[in-house]
Amino acid sequence: MIREAVAKLSISANLILRKDILLALKRAYIKEPNRRAREILCAIINNAHLARKEGLAICQDTGLVSVFVQLGQGARIAGSLNEAINKGVESGYRRGYLRNSIVRDPLLRGRPGYQPAVIHIEMIKGNRVILTVMPKGFGCENKTQLKMFNPTATMEEIKSFIVATVKEAGPDACPPYIIGVGLGGTADYSLLLAKKALIRDINKPNTVRQINALEKELLKEINRLNIGPMGLGGQSTALAVNIQSYPTHIAGLPVAVSISCHALRSATETL
Amino acid sequence: MKKINTPLLKKEIEKLKAGEKVLLSGVIYTARDSAHKRLAQAIARGRAFPFDLKGQIIYYCGPTPRPKGRIIGSCGPTTSSRMDAFTPALLKAGIIGMIGKGRRSAAVVEAIKKYRGVYFLAYAGCGALISKYVKKMELTAYKELGPEAVYRLEVCDLPLIVGIDTTGRSLYD
Repeated sequence: MIREAVAKLSISANLILRKDILLALKRAYIKEPNRRAREILCAIINNAHLARKEGLAICQDTGLVSVFVQLGQGARIAGSLNEAINKGVESGYRRGYLRNSIVRDPLLRGRPGYQPAVIHIEMIKGNRVILTVMPKGFGCENKTQLKMFNPTATMEEIKSFIVATVKEAGPDACPPYIIGVGLGGTADYSLLLAKKALIRDINKPNTVRQINALEKELLKEINRLNIGPMGLGGQSTALAVNIQSYPTHIAGLPVAVSISCHALRSATETL
Repeated sequence: MKKINTPLLKKEIEKLKAGEKVLLSGVIYTARDSAHKRLAQAIARGRAFPFDLKGQIIYYCGPTPRPKGRIIGSCGPTTSSRMDAFTPALLKAGIIGMIGKGRRSAAVVEAIKKYRGVYFLAYAGCGALISKYVKKMELTAYKELGPEAVYRLEVCDLPLIVGIDTTGRSLYD
């Protein structure tokens, strides 16, 4: 059951652009004053429609899949969960004609295959299993940054690190971007938070009031960078900034930034 | 919009200006990270190339597997800067154009000027759309690299933007 659910989610995530992203792209198109930027946004929107209609991958970089599992404590899993997920990814990728981009060893490289996925399991109450499949391309994954700030860092310092990360990504990682930010936890955990932040519907406001305000301020600042679609100028540099935070240590303030290209892909199902 | 055909003539390339939109028709070859590494090794060891590079256009692309009944899968550009280290040697070896996305290094801009080449930008993150402009696909070399193999593509009216022209002027400056 899990294997088949992961297979289907892998296909739908890669072929059908998330509703919230498509809506944000259309809004950006309407608001964008730069002519060339509008043309590119139009191509991006057409690409999403075509991918859906013809069953093609939105982007040829179908990513290294992250699978987030929220596993109910009362749920019974027969056999190996990891194996079911990896087999599901491979099966979905083969059936959906999605790209085999995974090399077995980071140094030795070798012939590319379909798996393994990167799997994150979180225990939850109840007996449901919530699966989220997130194929993220490496053009944007390569632009990820982490900085360990002092706890006394000012808001301005933190903001300017996030904005500078976007500036460094520049035209290379397929803007307009969606910016995931992880605040707090440990170094590794803040990176996970940054990626998980990308799962949240970008048109829904953050439930924490101060964080919601920070997201809006950052988005405004980022859209003043004039990077624009394909980095050729315009005000549509990012569609959204999503922040997720977690308690942290008295001595630190980890800040992680995960940049997503405009083809932010994820699909969720509850079993 | 200006239409251009491969093989690109020197005279035509000289006329292309950074920022200009063009529709490209003809033959291009895909090559990305691993294929570049192999081509560079061939140059370093003085070996023959698996295909004639002279006057050719390289497309930084690793398509998705070809779905049944289709010419090609999704096939948008990948980030060009990862190929920067290999590009001057390839320009020297005879390639004349490149298609990708994003910025290039100063060394690449210099080499483009020196060898009078051109760098085009394709619509980034629009692999499904770009597949519509591909009329034929054939495996040319390095089959074992899978999506990173070299494919010969025949394209018709592929929309591109001139990113860096023969004078070294870049759209990102």
